[in-house]
Amino acid sequence: MARSDVQLMLDVKSGDDSSFELLLRKYRTPLVNFLYRMVRDAAAAEDLAQEVFLRVYRARGQYLPTAKFTTWMFRIATNLALNALRDGRYRQQEVSIDRSAVDHSVDGESDQPALEIADRQPSIELELIRRDRAEQIRRAVEALPEKQRAAVLLHKYQEMDYDEIAGVLGCSESALKSLLFRAYETLRVELAPLVEAAQQTQAGQPGK
Amino acid sequence: MNCGHTEKNLVAYLDGKLHPAERRQLEAHLATCAACRERAEGFRSAWNVLDELPVLPPSPAFDARVRARVEQEPRRAWFWAWIVPSPRMAFAATALLIASIWLSSFQPGRIPTAHPSAGAANQNAEAEFGMIKDLPVLENYDVLTSFDALSDLPVQQAAQPQPLNQM
Repeated sequence: MARSDVQLMLDVKSGDDSSFELLLRKYRTPLVNFLYRMVRDAAAAEDLAQEVFLRVYRARGQYLPTAKFTTWMFRIATNLALNALRDGRYRQQEVSIDRSAVDHSVDGESDQPALEIADRQPSIELELIRRDRAEQIRRAVEALPEKQRAAVLLHKYQEMDYDEIAGVLGCSESALKSLLFRAYETLRVELAPLVEAAQQTQAGQPGK
Repeated sequence: MNCGHTEKNLVAYLDGKLHPAERRQLEAHLATCAACRERAEGFRSAWNVLDELPVLPPSPAFDARVRARVEQEPRRAWFWAWIVPSPRMAFAATALLIASIWLSSFQPGRIPTAHPSAGAANQNAEAEFGMIKDLPVLENYDVLTSFDALSDLPVQQAAQPQPLNQM
C-alpha cells in the first residue's frame, strides 16, 4: 500500500532520504507548473521549486502532521512566489510555450526538438491553432491578480478543496469563494473567443 | 435567492459541492435569471478551455539540482532530531553537553601536586578520570535531560524526626 504524503514526510523526518526522493518525483511537475504560472518565467519557476523542496527538507525535523502535506508545501511555494513578484526579482518575461519547450530539449533528455512536434501532427495548421489557443489561455491566466491566479491554479490544476486553498492563501473559505468567482468571471470574458471558436469548429465538424 | 447569492455559491455549485438545499435554491434562481445562467455556462466553458494549457515538464537536470542542494545540508543526528523538537532545545542541549565536558576537566585529581606521597593517588585519579571521560553516559543526551538518578537518591532528613502530632 502506498504511503501517504504525511507518512513519507514523517519518514523523511526519521532520516529516510528515499522518502524525500518520492515526494520530489511526485510534486516536481505540479510545483514547477504552479510557480511558472505564478512568476511567468520558466527558469525562475525551477529555481523557486528547488527552493521549496529545500525548505521542505530543512523543515523535516520540525514537521508536524497538523495539516495536509500539499497545503503546507504549496503555502511555502505561494509565499516564495508572491515575495519574488513583490521584490521584482523575476521580471515578467514573455516566455512562449514553444521557447520553453525548446529550452528543455536543449537541456538534455528530450531528443525531439519542439519544432518537430508539428511534423508529427496530421496538420501543421491545427498545431498552430493549438499553440495559439494555449498562448491566449496562458496570457489570460497570467493576467489575473496574484491571489486570484494562485486560487485558480490550486483549484483547477491541483484540484484542492476550498479549505486547503484557503489554508494555502491564508484567507477564509468565504473570501476564497469570492476570489474564485472574480477570477472565473474574468476568465469567462477573456476566454469567450476561444470558447466560441471551439464551438464553431465542433459545429463544422459533422459536415466535413 | 438573488444574483448576489450566485456570486457566493456558483463555483461550489459547478464543483458539485453545494449542499442539496442550496443547490436547489441556486437552480431555481438560474431557471429564472438569464444573466446568471449565462454566467454559469460561461464559467463551465472557461473551466473546460483551461484544460488546454500545456503542462511544462521540469528540466531533466531538476532532480539532480535539488539533490545537490539537499546533499549540502548538514545531516542531523536522527536521535537528536527525534528527541529535540526545536533548534533552541538542540542548542541548549549541546551547550549543556559542552559545559559538562569542560567542567569535568577541573576534577581535583587532575590538579598537579608536588607532594611525593600524593603521586600514587594522583595516578589513580587520572586513571579514573580517563575512564569517566570515555564513558558513553556523557554523550547520552537522554540521560542528561532526564537525570532521574539524582531524584532517586535518598534525601538526608533532619536529625530529629518530626513528631506525628506536629504533622
